[in-house]
Amino acid sequence: MIWIAFAITVWALGWWINARLSARPRTRFTGLAVPIVFGLTLIVIWEGVVRGFEISPVLLPAPSMIATRFAASTDILWEDFVQTVIKGALSGYVLGCGSAFLVAILVDRFDFLRRGLLPVGNFVAALPVIGMAPILVMWFGFDWQSKAAVVVVMVFFPMLANTVQGLSDSSAMQRDLMRTYGAGYWTTLRKLRLPAAMPFIFNGLKIASTLALIGAIVAEFFGSPIRGMGFRISTSVGQLALDLVWAEIVVAAIVGSAFYGGVALIERAVTFWHPSQRH
Amino acid sequence: MRQSFLPVLTVVSTIFLIWYVAAIWLNAPWAYDKATRSGAELTTQTLIADTWSQEKPKLPAPHQVGAEIWKTTAQKKITSKRSLIYHSWITLSATLLGFALGTGLGIALAVGIVYNRTMDMSVMPWVIASQTIPILAIAPMIIVVLNAVGVSGLLPKAMISMYLSFFPVVVGMVKGLRSPDTMQLDQMRTWNASPHQTFWRLRLPSSMPYLFTSLKIGMAASLVGAIVGELPTGAVAGLGARLLAGSYYGQTIQIWSALIMAAALAATLVGIIGVVQRLTLRRMGMA
Repeated sequence: MIWIAFAITVWALGWWINARLSARPRTRFTGLAVPIVFGLTLIVIWEGVVRGFEISPVLLPAPSMIATRFAASTDILWEDFVQTVIKGALSGYVLGCGSAFLVAILVDRFDFLRRGLLPVGNFVAALPVIGMAPILVMWFGFDWQSKAAVVVVMVFFPMLANTVQGLSDSSAMQRDLMRTYGAGYWTTLRKLRLPAAMPFIFNGLKIASTLALIGAIVAEFFGSPIRGMGFRISTSVGQLALDLVWAEIVVAAIVGSAFYGGVALIERAVTFWHPSQRH
Repeated sequence: MRQSFLPVLTVVSTIFLIWYVAAIWLNAPWAYDKATRSGAELTTQTLIADTWSQEKPKLPAPHQVGAEIWKTTAQKKITSKRSLIYHSWITLSATLLGFALGTGLGIALAVGIVYNRTMDMSVMPWVIASQTIPILAIAPMIIVVLNAVGVSGLLPKAMISMYLSFFPVVVGMVKGLRSPDTMQLDQMRTWNASPHQTFWRLRLPSSMPYLFTSLKIGMAASLVGAIVGELPTGAVAGLGARLLAGSYYGQTIQIWSALIMAAALAATLVGIIGVVQRLTLRRMGMA
């Protein structure tokens, strides 16, 4: 009972702090502090509710339990991280986005191809491509190659559609200006159209970054060597070792946020001129 | 529309051509293997005929997948466990329930975020962060845990769909509800409109284009969620279960037909939203 009361108090306190903070003018400090306070409050409430209602750790382990498990099994988590993120997701991400980028530049040279591929690419981007996972696991074997293949297939079309759309974003006026400068195709591409396409390209890269992690993990459900985040999650659920599952989720969340955040940081550096980056 | 018809047709037929050629290339080793064991000579013609008609090919040819879909939809009773329509219905019901829940939650959160500054500052960053967690990866755990609590069947799958589909709705609706400019909001104020009236007469109508765009993304995401949610339930029913069972027993044709069915389902659902969008926006004078 004490724990429940504690949780409610913390919730009220957290909300009060946030209400006070957000009533102030928005600064860098409040912009960071408010979500952090909110997140911490959620974790404390979680801890309080789990202890207060004595929820079985088989159903929902408390944050403290997950933290101890995380600290105790860093070697397993690191091994899974290397297998899934570095070998599976990252190599697939680089391959998929790179090839989509090159294909987009190729497609862009021919208007016929562009008009044909853009609707098809948009259509495929909306399909449940993740279903290709069992087929690709069958083709490329159980190790990381098949995971990278799944990631390539998943990220290819969103990236292609975004890049092709971005390359056609410069206006006719701007292109005419390049022509009056006597710029050829490649100069126009490098100086005008690629920079103009960057916001779209980064949009594609950001979408692909979350897709890559999901693809690599879900592909492991269809078969994998005895390491990897997806493998660990599905087997630990079977063993009812939910604290380990949650530790993997923490890793996945950190990796996902870092991946997305990294792409967003590069975007800010590259497209500093775009209205959406100027606050 | 007509302008892009020919290019799209070309691209699609190229894809089919590549598919057929790839089927020959990928299935040839097995065909050669069979031929050497039975001592038969393979001419080019018989090789191609064999690669396009194997029982468990590495890559089934499009017409094999088409025949399998026809066999499992039109020629089976809908109630039969082998009917693809039965499995599609299982997946569809979870998708629609999850989509409805996700849309409801998304709109509610968006209204809260637009009208409450504290909520805007504390919830919005977490809504974005929540999507960097690969929810599909923890789908098995959610299913198993909810099963242990006694919630089984449709709801666990729908929860995963909900989680995936609420995000685009929140982001789109926040943008949409904030899309009326200062001039329009001032106009409402000069008419002495209550916040209630401003919401129903100005903010909600002007958010409609944004809502429909996010609904399309949400629907596609929700279908993916339902399919992945079916993977860990022990492969009982649904398109995801067909995928898993197919991969266990090497039934590639079954996997591909489930995949094509899922694609058709996604296209139909997104298409329906597109039609509703066009009708609604036309009646509102926006399109």
